[in-house]
Amino acid sequence: MRDRAFDDHGRTRAHRYFMQIYLPIAELSVDVFLLLGLGGLVGFLSGLFGVGGGFLMTPLLIFIGVPPPVAVGTEANQIVASSVSGMIAHWRRQGVDFKMGAVLLGGGLMGSTGGVFLFEYLRDIGQIDLVISLAYVFFLGTVGLLMLLESVRSAVRRRGGKRRKLHRHTWVHGLPFKMRFRRSKLYISAVLPVCVGASVGVLAAIMGVGGGFLMVPAMIYLIGMPTAVVIGTSLFQITFVTAYTTFLQATNNQTVDIFLALLLLLGGVIGAQLGSRASARLRGEELRGLLAVMVLLVCGKLLFDLIATPDDLFSLSSGGVGGHR
Amino acid sequence: MIRRIAVTALIALGLAAAQTGPARAEAVIADLSKRLVAITTGFAGTDVLLFGAVDGKGEVVVVVKGPIGRLDVRRKARVAGIWINRDTMTFTNVPAFYSVSTSAPLAQVVPTALALRSGIGARFLDLTVAPRQPGAGQRCSRALDAESVKTANAVVKALAPFCEALLRNKMRDGLYLPEGQVTFLPGRKLFRTTIHFPANVPVGTYSVLVYVVREGQIVGSQTHPLVINKTGVEAEVFDFAHRQSAFYGLIAVAVAAFAGWGAGLIFRKQ
Repeated sequence: MRDRAFDDHGRTRAHRYFMQIYLPIAELSVDVFLLLGLGGLVGFLSGLFGVGGGFLMTPLLIFIGVPPPVAVGTEANQIVASSVSGMIAHWRRQGVDFKMGAVLLGGGLMGSTGGVFLFEYLRDIGQIDLVISLAYVFFLGTVGLLMLLESVRSAVRRRGGKRRKLHRHTWVHGLPFKMRFRRSKLYISAVLPVCVGASVGVLAAIMGVGGGFLMVPAMIYLIGMPTAVVIGTSLFQITFVTAYTTFLQATNNQTVDIFLALLLLLGGVIGAQLGSRASARLRGEELRGLLAVMVLLVCGKLLFDLIATPDDLFSLSSGGVGGHR
Repeated sequence: MIRRIAVTALIALGLAAAQTGPARAEAVIADLSKRLVAITTGFAGTDVLLFGAVDGKGEVVVVVKGPIGRLDVRRKARVAGIWINRDTMTFTNVPAFYSVSTSAPLAQVVPTALALRSGIGARFLDLTVAPRQPGAGQRCSRALDAESVKTANAVVKALAPFCEALLRNKMRDGLYLPEGQVTFLPGRKLFRTTIHFPANVPVGTYSVLVYVVREGQIVGSQTHPLVINKTGVEAEVFDFAHRQSAFYGLIAVAVAAFAGWGAGLIFRKQ
């Protein structure tokens, strides 16, 4: 009966030397070492550059064939893990402004709820893959270019560096619902952090990112928080918003693959440690320039896929949730 | 009393003879090497062997049909330099998997008339446009047939690219297989064929249909069910994620938070 080189599981002999794992939600078989390697690589980069890595991981998962909705849902889950330990560490060092964090979180929960329902709607009309790609092209392109410019500029005038004023009064300070944030030494309107939190929440739902790359600059330049509490507070918001997003994606879209998340996590944890050690040996602007180039490469690949004439203009989709592809 | 039983038995016998006689239902007998394909962690596709015997002359056709469902076929168009999905056509009666194997070239064994009637061959499948869209109720078998499309209206003609695309995409995914071969052993009585299921095979109940065709007529047939499902941890995770999605979501968050916290602890100590 066994007419070819098949073992008891129906695998060919060649497959025994690889470790294929069947991902139950993504519904495909992937090599375990590929996933560990991907997690390790992105973890290494996030340790090296001090970024979350979600914005690199989600496109990479899409490149290896994970359906975009599953990549986004699962990545949100992985970010919970990668941000929770950072948050605890900053908490110990008094680096979290809980009041500001709670306001940002309030906005984040609203944004994420809206985002998940928007996600569901876009999936039903068959445009979710397009919107995910477009969002990535836009944000990666913008952030990558800004970083590249910044690192080139700071490399040119290495000595220079003007100090930022502690408080600048702008239109922002005219908004209502003022609140006092003691740890951030701020007395500002709650509207602004709520809006910042909400935009990050939408991104978490649609792009599967923590949104640190957007929130950190917004906290420094827009809200005017002192840098000492920015990272810890943003991690606080990211941990809870991605946890909430994971829950919503799991209940509404069934796109969270625990197996995939765990494998990426395992590689990511080790990679992040190696990366943070390696970062001590490299100079800041070189690092930023390197990250910028990589971000732009990923952006370019996504853009190319949107613009290049596809091999087949037609594609199939089962429309409903949980159906075959 | 005894007489009545005897009469009933005779009638039953007669009925049985009448049923089996002209239809020659036993012209073919076949079986599968597996009735159940389990998708486990290491699943990378599998082969199922079908073997059997025919009574008398005739060619053998083996059709494997996956679970039937709806499918959207989307056409991309260029908008502002970017390719986006624009037109959608939803089909019903679409088997998730389809393969046909024959002991002689399909076109010779199954002439068009029989193919249209029996739905043998991917181009003759009963793929129907779902309700509430232009061309609702129209069939791909008509749009794809060179003869009948000549007399068809514009709606049916517009259908053809979507039908072609459905078959082409399914072929590319390895879910609609190119024509396979049924091999006869010397003596033309015993035959065998292998059906390959790829790693991405959809789960569900499949039907394996074995036909004996003689001079453009089906003279015998047999149907076997074949179940493909996920087993083990994967199946449980999938079911759990769909049936108790809120609980699954909570567990996913808890596992991630715990793993992240644990990893932080381990590396801080070093």
